[in-house]
Amino acid sequence: MQRSWRRRFHLPAVIGTIPMILVAVGVFVIGIGFSVLWSFTSSKLFPTYDFVGLAQYRRLWADSRWLVSVNNIWFFGLMSISCNMVFGYLLAVFMDQRIRQEDLFRSIFLYPFAMSLIVTGLVWQWVLDPNLGLQAAMRNLGWSSFSFAPLVDANTAIYALVVAGIWQGSGVTMAILLAGLRGVDEEIWKAARVDGIPTWRTHLSIVAPMMKGAFATAFVLQCVGVVRVYDLVIAMTGGGPGIATSMPAVYVIQLITVRQNVGQGMAAATMMLLPVLVVLAFSGLVLWRRNRRQEARV
Amino acid sequence: MTAAQITAIQPVQDAQDQTGVAPFGPKPRHVSPGRIGIYVFLVIAALFFLIPVYIMIVTSLKGMPEIRLGHLFSLPAEPTFQPWADAWLHACTGRDCNGLSPGFYNSLKITVPSVIISIICASINGYALTFWPYKGANLLFGLLVFGAFVPYQVVIYPLIIGLSSVGLFATLPGIIIVHTIFGMPILTLLFRNFYAALPVELFKAARVDGAGFWRIFFSIMLPMSVPITVVAIILQVTGIWNDFLFGIVFAGRSNWPMTVQLNNIVNTTTGVREYNVNMAATILTAAVPLIIYFVSGRWFVRGIAAGAVKG
Repeated sequence: MQRSWRRRFHLPAVIGTIPMILVAVGVFVIGIGFSVLWSFTSSKLFPTYDFVGLAQYRRLWADSRWLVSVNNIWFFGLMSISCNMVFGYLLAVFMDQRIRQEDLFRSIFLYPFAMSLIVTGLVWQWVLDPNLGLQAAMRNLGWSSFSFAPLVDANTAIYALVVAGIWQGSGVTMAILLAGLRGVDEEIWKAARVDGIPTWRTHLSIVAPMMKGAFATAFVLQCVGVVRVYDLVIAMTGGGPGIATSMPAVYVIQLITVRQNVGQGMAAATMMLLPVLVVLAFSGLVLWRRNRRQEARV
Repeated sequence: MTAAQITAIQPVQDAQDQTGVAPFGPKPRHVSPGRIGIYVFLVIAALFFLIPVYIMIVTSLKGMPEIRLGHLFSLPAEPTFQPWADAWLHACTGRDCNGLSPGFYNSLKITVPSVIISIICASINGYALTFWPYKGANLLFGLLVFGAFVPYQVVIYPLIIGLSSVGLFATLPGIIIVHTIFGMPILTLLFRNFYAALPVELFKAARVDGAGFWRIFFSIMLPMSVPITVVAIILQVTGIWNDFLFGIVFAGRSNWPMTVQLNNIVNTTTGVREYNVNMAATILTAAVPLIIYFVSGRWFVRGIAAGAVKG
């Protein structure tokens, strides 16, 4: 009985999942395939099939705007992910101390995540605006030499993006890690206390390793967000001053729309896909090996 | 009930849980330096999160002359709602001075159908994947999960070409299709995990009674999926409302959602920057997802976590 319904080829199930088939194959296989294909052509505004080998990639890696974008995404990614992790973990640990008004604090830490990155970008653009924001306010209070305008300086604008990223994302990290902390058995804390281990040591050596899953979840969420960072840059700096805060995501869209150079844009998009593919393949391999080892044990 | 009463009751309950005997006397208060440190840290962190929005609210209620005085943190001396009205009705993008309201209605026209269609698709996907897995279904699901991690930029151009070849590029149906596509991976994951946790006996019993694919879906699975549907709605409404990239690329000028119009109003103004109007417009744009966030409370967190877990 059980075998027969599992094995048979059910037409309604296939019909019901036609949208999924179209999206999975049509968009995520054929669509990406075409993107990669066009990266080997000399396409300008419309796709052509005039193959030029790796010429687009050579031109891409000679373009200073792309090189700046790649540097920026690494810097922004490392800074914002590590700051978010540390700050989010600290918030989670402090939130876990049976404090009063926990729900109020949680709402405050998390609400920026509910808003559009456009909103976040604009908010911080104003706070850091030299004529309106913090600098103007401090000078008005009598500190006339106070100078704090990171957004107008090409060397510091990226730090402003990092701050906005932390403001938007650390609350989520806190929420995920707090759920992880709450999942740790109370007995472990008691045992550690009985053994006379200091609290910070328990946190670092015992509890944090037990929260591997929560850390991984928060980390993956941050990584996906960093690769896709577009709205924040557009709203906050527009990629400026000059090209100082350009990012790969911004670069690709610019090439497709404004600069009408699809071939090179697709080469850049393929370069964005590459690290994602490597990471996914690696984690897939790890999962597969773990499954096999478990099966072998059974 | 006052706070004092709550603190009076709480320790009794705690103690009973552990020993079954209620202790006597008031709860011992321990205000150690460590606890003060915890609260100081949390309050400073809360200020970091709150100050930008405080500045926005106060500034949006001031007139421009008062803003030029530069008292960023002070409360408005003569509160006015004129900037809010201007933001809604008269703010300019280029030569159009219709304010943000067209964007609001566009966002509504985009969000409602996108949410409904994407959730219908995803629930059927999750159901079919769990109970009716056909040959190759899991491969499809793997591709879909892969799609959840792909940078949008890799797929955008082929989608532009594909949609314009059927005449849907820069139209309302076009942007709805795009949102349905990019919502599908995470929502399918959500529904599949939900259905996989249901007892299989439920499904088997219905099969024995002779119910088919659609009958089981509509009569048994759908009524049980209310909680996961709520999570999915929260996830999708906030996600689609906050979207900027797809809106600006796929919706077309006449359907630009609120986020795109907001960015145009603020970042393309020439001449005097009306900070109060801009900030009022920003708050208006953030209002819908914020209301959903505060109403839904913990469901919101659950949605994020559910979307991320097992990703």
